Amino acid sequence: MGITARRVSKRFGDFVALDDVSVEAPTGSLTALLGPSGSGKSTLLRVIAGLERPDSGQIFISDEEKTDFPPQKRGVGFVFQHYAAFKHMTVFENVAFGLKIRKHPKDAIRQRVRELLELVQLEGFAGRYPAQLSGGQRQRMALARALAVEPDVLLLDEPFGALDARVRQELRAWLRRLHEDIHVTTILVTHDQEEAMELADNIVLMNHGKIEQVGGPQDLYEQPANEFVMGFIGPVNRLGDTYVRPHDIEIQLNSNGTTSEAMVDHLVYLGFEVRVDLALKDGRRLWAQVTREDARQLNLEPGKPVHVRMVHSKVFGKTTADSLPNP
Amino acid sequence: MSVTGNAQTATGASASKSEGSLASRGVVITYLGLLVLIPLAAVVWQSTQDGIGGFVRAVTNPQALAALRLTFLASLVVVAINVVAGTIIAWVLVRDSFRGKAIVNSIIDLPFALPTIVASLTLLALYGPKSPLGLNIAYTKASVGMALLFVTLPFVIRAVQPVLLELDRDMEEAAASLGASGFATFRRIILPTLTPAILSGAALGFARSVGEFGSVVLLTGNQPFKTQVASVYIFGQVESGETSSAAAVSVVLLVVSLALLFGLSLINRWGTHHDS
Amino acid sequence: MTARIAFRVFALGYLALLLVFPVCIIFARAFGEGLGAVWQAVIDPEALHALWMTLLIASIAVAANTVFGIICATVLVRHDFRGKSVLNAILDLPLAISPVVVGLSLLIIYGRTSPIGVWLAEMGVRIIFSTPGMILATIFISLPFVVREVVPVMREIGTEQEQAASTLGASAFQTFWMVTLPAIRPGVAYGIVLTMARAIGEFGAVSVVSGQISGITETMTIYVSSSFERFDLVGCYSAAVVLALIAIGTLLLTNLTGPKEEY
Repeated sequence: MGITARRVSKRFGDFVALDDVSVEAPTGSLTALLGPSGSGKSTLLRVIAGLERPDSGQIFISDEEKTDFPPQKRGVGFVFQHYAAFKHMTVFENVAFGLKIRKHPKDAIRQRVRELLELVQLEGFAGRYPAQLSGGQRQRMALARALAVEPDVLLLDEPFGALDARVRQELRAWLRRLHEDIHVTTILVTHDQEEAMELADNIVLMNHGKIEQVGGPQDLYEQPANEFVMGFIGPVNRLGDTYVRPHDIEIQLNSNGTTSEAMVDHLVYLGFEVRVDLALKDGRRLWAQVTREDARQLNLEPGKPVHVRMVHSKVFGKTTADSLPNP
Repeated sequence: MSVTGNAQTATGASASKSEGSLASRGVVITYLGLLVLIPLAAVVWQSTQDGIGGFVRAVTNPQALAALRLTFLASLVVVAINVVAGTIIAWVLVRDSFRGKAIVNSIIDLPFALPTIVASLTLLALYGPKSPLGLNIAYTKASVGMALLFVTLPFVIRAVQPVLLELDRDMEEAAASLGASGFATFRRIILPTLTPAILSGAALGFARSVGEFGSVVLLTGNQPFKTQVASVYIFGQVESGETSSAAAVSVVLLVVSLALLFGLSLINRWGTHHDS
Repeated sequence: MTARIAFRVFALGYLALLLVFPVCIIFARAFGEGLGAVWQAVIDPEALHALWMTLLIASIAVAANTVFGIICATVLVRHDFRGKSVLNAILDLPLAISPVVVGLSLLIIYGRTSPIGVWLAEMGVRIIFSTPGMILATIFISLPFVVREVVPVMREIGTEQEQAASTLGASAFQTFWMVTLPAIRPGVAYGIVLTMARAIGEFGAVSVVSGQISGITETMTIYVSSSFERFDLVGCYSAAVVLALIAIGTLLLTNLTGPKEEY
């Protein structure tokens, strides 16, 4: 059920956008396609929508094969990063568009559009033009427009990418609530790992046209499959083949046999947390994240010698709870 | 690259190999083929109907040569005047401000909007035998120049205006702070940026004036060897039934037009390589 | 400071002497005999017929070139193929070719000496020395304007609105009609104004093709020329005034429909 992409490949000239990619989005879930620019996530979304044709592979929506279907016939709702609002139509006409195409009776259209505008909190804006709306409002309109025709799946291509940080936060929370109300199978493309972690039940992390890992937010964070995943999902320190999260570095004042010597280089106060830039005796640098309280208790200041140890770390390929390499 | 604009596909084109798009391309090719390409090919074909010898004779006979010479010389002189006058007028329109500037800006397009035959009439009225100014240049070589100046007026101006508008004033201010006089700044900083636009406008104007017909017809008297331009000569040949001869001289004009279009595309390419 | 004044005087003087005064003289000459004479000249049957011919031919040329222009702009902006620069070059040709040569080309293809001309004559169809030929000539010389103006507008609106429409269920035609066309309307409008102006003002090509059969195949521009040659100066100037007024109207329309320019 939901959406399945099976062994999809796509190149643009010499550039391989998708390399034998298979993905499943369970019915009613919110799946994030996450990755850096050029990872293929938008291409995959567009292939699912029918806006691009894959070189090989199949697409199934609600268990029916739709690989050869045009976008009109796939039952998808698509939301674009830059809204793709019909500039010459009012908000009402935008949202009503799909229904008008399907020749629904006028009254039914008016009713449905009103419901949708209420749903996206744009009641009262029906007569306005997109140019008169803010970015966040335009995107909500785009969502209403996509939902109007009751699609089987909802596809969102970096929907908040063009918006201010604050609006982005608000809309993220709003989308989460909307999804909980409506439960349409949704795929969201984003390059923002925070966004994916916050919104998605299921994250597909992509890089260079391939899938690096699939799993829930917690899985990707705590059990990263490789250094790329670990580095993309959260902050990480790299010491040779060993990777440590900053909050997994414990700072102590005294040695206890499993610690290494280090010196505090610099402190950055990030509100509740403090970032501590450290230099090891062999010159290598890393940074730790501690709470304000801990920083105060340890009396941290630049130039102070301390001892550090790793609570968890990963060496790709095995997991250990090692100490740092010996001084 | 061309005057019409360097159009490229938007990325993510909709399912492009549909019948609709093939039909569109078919329509475009058919329309242009029937209306533009085949007629031009016909002219070339007709020009060879009397053989190569006939072609050469048609093009080198004294009257034809005189007409061609007058046409090209007059066009060159006119282009030179346009380069200077056009740049100055563009400068005034962009850098100066005065009441009614908007109207003046609109007037520049008059030669595009006014039928050439009417232009001929207006110039004749003001600068012909019954001139209220007492200035009569009708039926002289100067009248050819005047008619061509009229019709080619907008080209350099309209080419230069947008470039001048876009010009980064910072560069001029930097030059001034380094001690450059107004003229030096113009010569070393502004002119190089304007040059592709000026050349482009000049080339377009030249192409237009080489083929110009309507505006010279009433004003110049069309005297063979004296004030007859190439297009009038061709017209005369057509009326005399000398179609192949007319076609031959037309081919000369066509070659010049094509060369100019090609030169224009080169100028455009050179101009844009300065931009980041 | 004086340089600025000098430039301004030069510019205004140049434009006045070359453009403004000549056009004003026409109005003066035409109305010199009084309003009544002008009116008589304008409603003269030959003049009216010429006006009708001009409007008919120009309208057909505008319609044909508008439809073509929109389709061609679509091909240029949305399709990818080799030979696009060739297409662009061909679209520029009508602007660079002498109108007399255009007329000649049609004469060669459809005239009595060509196989096509003979065949058409047998079918009773007249192209040369008749309206269809003049229409073809006018289409040729006014061909590129709509394309030129629509291309940048189409490129600017991008494809996303059209993609959105397709995901919402609209067929290619519905998308074109309901989304693309309204969005490119400004470019189309401006292109139509330019095309109309060019078509109305055409003289050289239609002169060659029309055979200048007075009363039958004259457009307004040809009428100006032929009435001048007949020394019918009132008729000539009156027709010229009508054309000048149309030209001024065109300038006003281009200001309204054209891109909002700064200068």
